[in-house]
Amino acid sequence: MKQIECSCGYKNPYGTEICHGCGKILGTKGKKVDMRYEGSARRSQTYQKNPIDKLWNFFSSVKVGVGLIVIVLVASIMGTILPQEPTIQTELSLGEYYQKKYGTFGIIYYSLGFSNVYHSFWYLVLIICLSISLIIASIDRFFPLYRSLKHQRVIKHPSFFQNQRLFFSLPSINEEELEERLQSFHYKVKKDGQNILAEKGRFSRWGPYVNHLGLIIFLIGVTLRFFPGIYVSEVVWIRDGETKLLPGTNGQYYLKNNQFIVEVYDKKKTAKVFQDALQNKGIIAKNFETKATLLQTGQHVIPGEKITLQEIKKANIKVNRPLKYGGYTIYQGDYKLNEFAELEYSIMAKQSKKKLGSIKINLADPKDSYRLKNGLQVEILEYFPDVVFDKDGKPSTISKIPNNPAFVFRIKSQDQKSAEVSLVTVNQTVNAAAAASFAVELENVETRNVSALTIRKDPLLPLLFLGGMIFMIGVIQGSYWQHRRIWIRAAGNREFWIAAHTNKNWHGLKRDIQHVFGNHKEHGLETPTYKRLDNGEEE
Amino acid sequence: MASVSGNFLFASFLLYIVAILFFGGSVKQRKKAEIKEVGKSSKIGLIITIFSFLSHLAYFILRWIASGHAPVSNLFEFICFFALALVAGFLILFRLYPLPSLGIFTLPIVIVLLAYANMFPKDVAPLIPALQSSWLVIHVITAAVGEGILSISFAAGFIYLIKSINAKETKSSRGIELIILFFFSFIGFILLSIIFSSIGFKEKVYIVDSQGQQAAIDYHMPPIIGPDPKDVADNADFKPFLTVPATINSGKLNSVLLSILSGGILYLAARLILRTRVAARLKPLVKNVSLELLDEISYRAVLIGFPIFTLGALIFAMIWAQIAWSRFWDWDPKEVWALITWLFYAAFLHLRMAKGWKGKNSAWLAVIGFMIIMFNLIAVNLIMVGLHSYA
Repeated sequence: MKQIECSCGYKNPYGTEICHGCGKILGTKGKKVDMRYEGSARRSQTYQKNPIDKLWNFFSSVKVGVGLIVIVLVASIMGTILPQEPTIQTELSLGEYYQKKYGTFGIIYYSLGFSNVYHSFWYLVLIICLSISLIIASIDRFFPLYRSLKHQRVIKHPSFFQNQRLFFSLPSINEEELEERLQSFHYKVKKDGQNILAEKGRFSRWGPYVNHLGLIIFLIGVTLRFFPGIYVSEVVWIRDGETKLLPGTNGQYYLKNNQFIVEVYDKKKTAKVFQDALQNKGIIAKNFETKATLLQTGQHVIPGEKITLQEIKKANIKVNRPLKYGGYTIYQGDYKLNEFAELEYSIMAKQSKKKLGSIKINLADPKDSYRLKNGLQVEILEYFPDVVFDKDGKPSTISKIPNNPAFVFRIKSQDQKSAEVSLVTVNQTVNAAAAASFAVELENVETRNVSALTIRKDPLLPLLFLGGMIFMIGVIQGSYWQHRRIWIRAAGNREFWIAAHTNKNWHGLKRDIQHVFGNHKEHGLETPTYKRLDNGEEE
Repeated sequence: MASVSGNFLFASFLLYIVAILFFGGSVKQRKKAEIKEVGKSSKIGLIITIFSFLSHLAYFILRWIASGHAPVSNLFEFICFFALALVAGFLILFRLYPLPSLGIFTLPIVIVLLAYANMFPKDVAPLIPALQSSWLVIHVITAAVGEGILSISFAAGFIYLIKSINAKETKSSRGIELIILFFFSFIGFILLSIIFSSIGFKEKVYIVDSQGQQAAIDYHMPPIIGPDPKDVADNADFKPFLTVPATINSGKLNSVLLSILSGGILYLAARLILRTRVAARLKPLVKNVSLELLDEISYRAVLIGFPIFTLGALIFAMIWAQIAWSRFWDWDPKEVWALITWLFYAAFLHLRMAKGWKGKNSAWLAVIGFMIIMFNLIAVNLIMVGLHSYA
């Protein structure tokens, strides 16, 4: 494309609206030119022909960006109307669940996909579009703006002055005093003959681009987590006294749960100020804590050989106080109190009610058979940790967790001649034979607590943090400072033109002008007349 | 100590009311001398507001000392602190733009918020494990201060609308009246709560939900709306006028409806007394204010508040969530609503900067922004089920 040569001789890139050399307005005469990007040539405003241009223009448009923000916003609101799928625990299918719980509205909500908005494909597409818009809109604006601000000159064309929102003239100025005053307001003053350019806070113009960069880094960090192997998130339930492999650690780490405890605020021991709250609320939890020992597998593990575990450290894992080691973080999660651990059954002669002996079954590791002192033998034919019975009364287990354990016992007499089969649950015993000679009774129950621990490895957290910090720096830079400029031009005999511009906070700029040039009451000068144009503010 | 702190809170509540009167008085004064300096009445108003703010702060510090943790752990404490943040936001912007009408419109919000907070349980409760972290202070305080400053944008925007909208613009003036109706509904809620709790009204109804489990619904106000009779487990004499499915908590909905109803009555009474739109009667209060200045205050408040809000409600929130809940983001309703608020103000800034949305457009956006903040403060905590629910 052809360059635009200004009357001052400066060659501007095609599409420039304000000459980078002298500040002359290059657009059509009489039309106000937007100062937002210094009238520089932006790709999106200049090239609009081929499909790539069109795509570029689409994503560089702030209108499109705001549209995308609003769509994400509305979609996000939709997702908070009803609880989302990941938070729901139900045995029903999700469709049925939403129908049963929320009626017709629930069905519509579910079938439109609002029940899992945030993990839906189209929400992801929206976020991707927003990211592309962030990148392209920033590139489209930043480079031309940077170039024109870097190369700006002190002397500006008269049409540039007339184009400004704040423009007035004075018969005379005291250059030295003016310079001093401008400097006392932290303006950097540049001079060229009798022309002056006073500028401050230019760096605030980069704020939007810095914060967009931060957002992009953050979003890249979030995206990288989807690559397999980078991000670990696992949950392991460990019973008191148990040692378990921490999933997601490649077999490297084991954790022993020495004891899980729950503490509540004790009314007698708690300070006086809390008494009313304890009275009204009842029980308030104080602490969830797993007293744990972290173990590591030995250096040289030979497959098939028994692994050796070395103790690394003891730690009390609490809510808000996770255990960190080797890039992994272990958090206190859910818990379950008083899970069945050991059941003790006594075997009795049915007729005489005489106790013949008892067996202790460790539910985590039940033996195949138990021999009693008097020669009786109890075999465990089947074990159902979490028993349910179907319509025909046939038992099966729904989980491996001993919520409702049941056994099928075969009790053999000393002489091994007779054997009786019975089904034993925590509540009752059913004998297969009508004329049974043995009775089984639950004698004792031992329980344990179970602690759920979450294992996370997220090596991208520093990147996300960096993105967040860059965003904050950019947003503060752009919000708490303003880019203000004041131009002064000697326009013939006894006339000085003054124009000023700021990207925001015009009130503050006017205050600066009044302090620098004075108002007419004090100095007999004309009150600055503010020429108002309806161009918007910047960035 | 806790009861002393309560006295300081009450003192600040009363002082805010006095401060409004002085800010209101300054409107007449400004007419006489059209100087840039703050008028005498307004100066007194400012001094009283500062004292009131200090008393409010004393409540906060004393309660902190009494309980050993920052008093931002339940809804009463949080709303009180949000009100404090609003005053802080007002003081910051008043320093930049000494406009008495900003006080006339900000302080009533503060007063209603304090009264509203008082309707929730005020017991000093010990912290549950999830809250036992120094991030409680860092996260909640920063987020609330951000929201407080953003709310000043609403005050300025609202004044802008009152001043600029005339009766001919039916849609806009109806919108303004609707905002005033909302404000009255808060007052209605407060009045009804005081009345019914003083006569000891409390009713309970048991319902059977879809899982077949019994749940109790508390009614703090007489039921005009209740669960479907087929879901009610007992209490045959419980006969509301309207019924809703069991999934909606009819007790809370009932309170909301009654509040709006009483707000409507208050609004109608106000209209009968004033014999015109309420906003029209507010106009004289803002006569001497420049629209351009209001527009700038509204924008400036967003510029100051937005970074603080981002830091507190998103960044600090994410850091704490990573420590306490093992993940920095999990689409919990409160997290989502913080994101919604953030996206909204981001859109506000982009529309203003790039699309030149100034004046009325921008003022309406500031109003909507405040609605989102209030929704986030009240509805998300009370109605939605999530990790931030207080009820």
